[in-house]
Amino acid sequence: MPTDPMLEYLWIIPLLPLLGSAVNGLFGAKWPNKIVNGVAIGSTGLSFLCTLEAVREFFESGQVLFHKEFFTWIAAGNFRAGFDLQMDQLTVVMVLVVTGVGWLIHIYATGYMAHEGGYYRFFSYLNLFMFFMLILVLAANYVLLFVGWEGVGLASYLLIGFYFLKKSASDAGKKAFIVNRIGDFGFMLGMFLLFRAFHTLDFQAIFTSSTLQGWPVELSGHLGTLTFAGLLLFMGACGKSAQLPLYVWLPDAMEGPTPVSALIHAATMVTAGVYVVARSHVLFAHAPTAMLVVAIVGCATAFFAATIGLVQTDIKKVLAYSTVSQLGYMFLACGVGAFSAGIFHLMTHAFFKALLFLAAGSVIHAMGGEQDMNRMGGLSKKTRWTYVTMLTATLAIAGIPPFAGFFSKDSILLSAFESEIGGHTTGYALYGFGLLTALLTSFYMFRLIFLTFQGKPRFDEHKVHVHESPNSMLVPLITLAVLSLIGGWLASPTFWGGTDYFARFLFPVFGTGHHPVIGAASQIATFSTTSTPEEQYTEWVFATIAVCTVLIGIAVAYWLCLKRPEKADGLAKSLKPAYTTLLNKYYLDEFYAAMIVKPLLWISTNVLWKAADVTGIDGAVNGIAAGTTAIGDGVRHTQSGNTRSYAVWVVIGAMVVIAVIFFWPSGGKPVLGMLP
Amino acid sequence: MLPGEHLLSVLIFFPAMGALALLLLRGDDHKFIRIIALIVSLAEFLFSLLVIPKVPIGVPGYHLEEFAKWISQPPINYHLGVDGISLFLVILTTFLTPISVLASWKSIEHRVKEFFVMLLMLEVGVVGVFLSLDLFLFFLFWEVMLIPMALLIGIWGHERRVYAAVKFILYTMAGSIFMLIGIIWLYNATGTFDLPAIRVLLHTPASQGGLELSSSTEMLLFLAFFVAFAIKVPLFPLHTWLPDAHVEAPTAGSVMLAGVLLKMGTYGMIRFCLPLFPGASHRAAGWVAALAIIGIIYGALVAMVQPNLKKLVAYSSVSHLGFVVLGIFAFHNISMQGAVYQMLAHGISTGALFLLVGMLYDRRHTFEISEYGGLATPMPKLAAFFLFVALSSLGLPMLNGFVGEFLVLLGTYQQHWQWASWAALGVILSACYLLWSYQRVFFGEITREENRTLPDASAREKWILVTMAVVTLWMGIGATFITSRTAAAAQNVIDQVEPQRPYEAAAPNGATPQAKRDSSSAAKAISSGRLGIR
Repeated sequence: MPTDPMLEYLWIIPLLPLLGSAVNGLFGAKWPNKIVNGVAIGSTGLSFLCTLEAVREFFESGQVLFHKEFFTWIAAGNFRAGFDLQMDQLTVVMVLVVTGVGWLIHIYATGYMAHEGGYYRFFSYLNLFMFFMLILVLAANYVLLFVGWEGVGLASYLLIGFYFLKKSASDAGKKAFIVNRIGDFGFMLGMFLLFRAFHTLDFQAIFTSSTLQGWPVELSGHLGTLTFAGLLLFMGACGKSAQLPLYVWLPDAMEGPTPVSALIHAATMVTAGVYVVARSHVLFAHAPTAMLVVAIVGCATAFFAATIGLVQTDIKKVLAYSTVSQLGYMFLACGVGAFSAGIFHLMTHAFFKALLFLAAGSVIHAMGGEQDMNRMGGLSKKTRWTYVTMLTATLAIAGIPPFAGFFSKDSILLSAFESEIGGHTTGYALYGFGLLTALLTSFYMFRLIFLTFQGKPRFDEHKVHVHESPNSMLVPLITLAVLSLIGGWLASPTFWGGTDYFARFLFPVFGTGHHPVIGAASQIATFSTTSTPEEQYTEWVFATIAVCTVLIGIAVAYWLCLKRPEKADGLAKSLKPAYTTLLNKYYLDEFYAAMIVKPLLWISTNVLWKAADVTGIDGAVNGIAAGTTAIGDGVRHTQSGNTRSYAVWVVIGAMVVIAVIFFWPSGGKPVLGMLP
Repeated sequence: MLPGEHLLSVLIFFPAMGALALLLLRGDDHKFIRIIALIVSLAEFLFSLLVIPKVPIGVPGYHLEEFAKWISQPPINYHLGVDGISLFLVILTTFLTPISVLASWKSIEHRVKEFFVMLLMLEVGVVGVFLSLDLFLFFLFWEVMLIPMALLIGIWGHERRVYAAVKFILYTMAGSIFMLIGIIWLYNATGTFDLPAIRVLLHTPASQGGLELSSSTEMLLFLAFFVAFAIKVPLFPLHTWLPDAHVEAPTAGSVMLAGVLLKMGTYGMIRFCLPLFPGASHRAAGWVAALAIIGIIYGALVAMVQPNLKKLVAYSSVSHLGFVVLGIFAFHNISMQGAVYQMLAHGISTGALFLLVGMLYDRRHTFEISEYGGLATPMPKLAAFFLFVALSSLGLPMLNGFVGEFLVLLGTYQQHWQWASWAALGVILSACYLLWSYQRVFFGEITREENRTLPDASAREKWILVTMAVVTLWMGIGATFITSRTAAAAQNVIDQVEPQRPYEAAAPNGATPQAKRDSSSAAKAISSGRLGIR
């Protein structure tokens, strides 16, 4: 009996959902919903329990990195990609979030999807997603991570296009997969480059290699291998985590059933990009230019998506843009070197954003499928639990203490402010935009709350029978609400009486690496549990500023949505160009369609296929054939069967031969020996 | 009959005997004919599996060699042998033949006997090509294979079948002529048709009795072989016979064509072009890689806009085979192994795609995408299989397509990062054309009434597809079973093509053990007069 049985058999954790998926997918069609439920919830629940046991063993064994090779998947030359899993502190956070939140959402989905067709198919896909996501976070090398990475993309494709009879749904699924592939193009090249530099793609082998230890920091302006590798990996992250300019698939992904939006497009899959950047933090630490790009792209996306969120009226679209924006925060954190803050925000965001989507699903469920907030209002009385839980999540995302989002966002903004990654001015600018985004966030989130739950109903109360959701949906909501409230206390800063347990926990991952240049990360590099009074004072100031900003956002939302709704319309009219630009998401989709998709299709059809292939190459081939035929046809006439014409040919031939013999320019020498 | 040391001969001639038996059959009992063909091809598949343990892991060179004099003057020998690369290509062939037999079970209604005779003869030719170690024998099988294939297209094909068959045969013949010239030139220079002997002579300095080619001669010879192979692959811009041949061929023909015939081209490059003409290969590599990359991107873009589903799959082959050629001409052992793997994976997944397209054709008698739409509703099982195969074709990890593509790109990147970066664009484009066409065929509401009542996969079709799916999955996860066996052979090819060839790099008298053994065995062969070198 091994000392750590669960860690030794770590592969069981991802395998359970895979089995669930296979069983439901192959046999579920004939089964009643109850059995499908049992398989789906049972497999993920069991996987969650196994995870808890594995984490317990991890703690018991002194929190040392656990790494095990199970079998060799691909081997060629000096390249080896194994089915190797590992567990360290970062994995613990990710795997708990994935299985825990995933399990809750599975339970919720049994209620939400109860009346949908293709029930077994849905749960088969959902379990498949869990499998790939667990592979992604447990993988011990980039190639296996890429398996999970592509696999979650597939699950996302299947689930977005779940209602495949709808063109918009299958379009959205396809778009998600293809845009992700554009990112994966970069990710693959990043892997190839890393292999060239380190001759392995194993995490530990790269991060602890002497090559990397001795690697000089690639200062700004010097674009070295690690800078390129970092940027290429980040390109993959941009696709998966919906950052500029590849974010366009995520809002469309809302075509999928709401539990999918909660699990895949909010809580887990879209955070994979952040995870990869955090996992590769040692590489990024050597490439400040790459980190600066990460920070700027993250910050820009956070701000940009938040502005779009201001004017959306579809409840799920607001949440989608909010997700893009929050992911931007996480990248901002990673970019300024505050990796543990980024991962912390990833975790709290998983709680409150999953909750927001599930609650939104509960609202949609209550409204009989309505998603337009303009046709809602006054739902707070009839759906009390949904309202309370959604309000909790909104307070959390807006960043009101003591809810979870406050702590994570606060530490990101503080890190951005203190960042020296691109000079102090850049740090201040990142902080400024981050703060502005916080303002916008609190505005659009409370706009959502006010439009949905407050005020007078804007729908026909006789037609729409508003009802609270069943318990199977409410229990996950309440659980996540509790987590959204207390989840942040894990990292409560010192002035709050806490010890920032979270950063200390992740210290072995992010602190031990070789961090030569990161300014803000100095706090990690020399981790201390106490802080000076000056630091405490700074933290107080920043927290106060952040909370005040958020309160302003809430006040404006209250004023524009509840107190004086006519002002909102007036504002929209007076700022019409800006308003329509935002409503149309800066026309980025239209831009891509006009600049890339349509020209590519036109060139492929008219130039490559019809002109080059059919007319050009094949025309030449057929031309040669036709030419040969024509020559043959011409020569054919010499074979007339007429004796006299043959005689003529004989004479002509004889004359040619004689002419050649006599007049060939052979320098006076006789051509044929018989001639004198 | 138990295949022993003559296992390779058995592999070549067993289907021929099956074909002969079918020919001698009297009567026209279609079911009986089909069953005989199936049994013969299945037995052949089992025989081919027996070769696996005979090819030891990690040992380069040929195994199960057979040698017999055939014609004494000029010295043409019956010389067979198998290594890690040809092993799996043979198995791929013997695997796809029974699948093709099953796929033709219902759709071939007239001249049934002749059809299966042709299919088995095709197998003879292809297996012969992969196992021959004598240039003349190789050329013989290369040409033998043409006839049944052309007849399969020309007799059992669709509307423009004769045009496609003639185009196929002329295109290939045009290339073969150059190869024949090359073979004869080599014979004149060396006095032998034996591939290992020629290779050793070409790798031995003239001072030691070898044959040193001038750089232009080497290039001309390289081109003579290369053009024949490039047409077969097909490499851009020599690919235009392929869409026509595929669209007109019956399903079984397309499966064999895409599955194994195209691989004869890439196999030829690995077996002949690189080892025999390493210098010319190096000088041509940039150009070949450029054509391969153009093929990858161009094939994918043209596939994307095809209104005809079968043409789409055909153009996707141009794109996928581009990866193979790129992997070969990157001269890196990872990319070489990737190329071999991609050959096998493409055989399975594109073969499966053609099977599925054929199944749709059996139901609706059209390949036009616009005639379909919403098929997932009446035929969910077929839709699921199609998606599975499409995903393997676009290179989803854990399915077969990924391994080859990834290794090719990884290996190529180590040598020439620009090549790999361009080629990797194919990864994006393959997702575009496959998912887009899948959406148009299977998703959405049913647009045509006649599609509403189409039957889902029958038991026979399910057996075919499940088999293909299992192999796809197995190749995606258990790749090491194959890569461990191809490794030595791939490394061997790389060793021969690298600028520091063994005999040059090594100590004063100039030979590593490998080269020494080769040249000494060649010397022995020469002295024994077996090869009859003048």
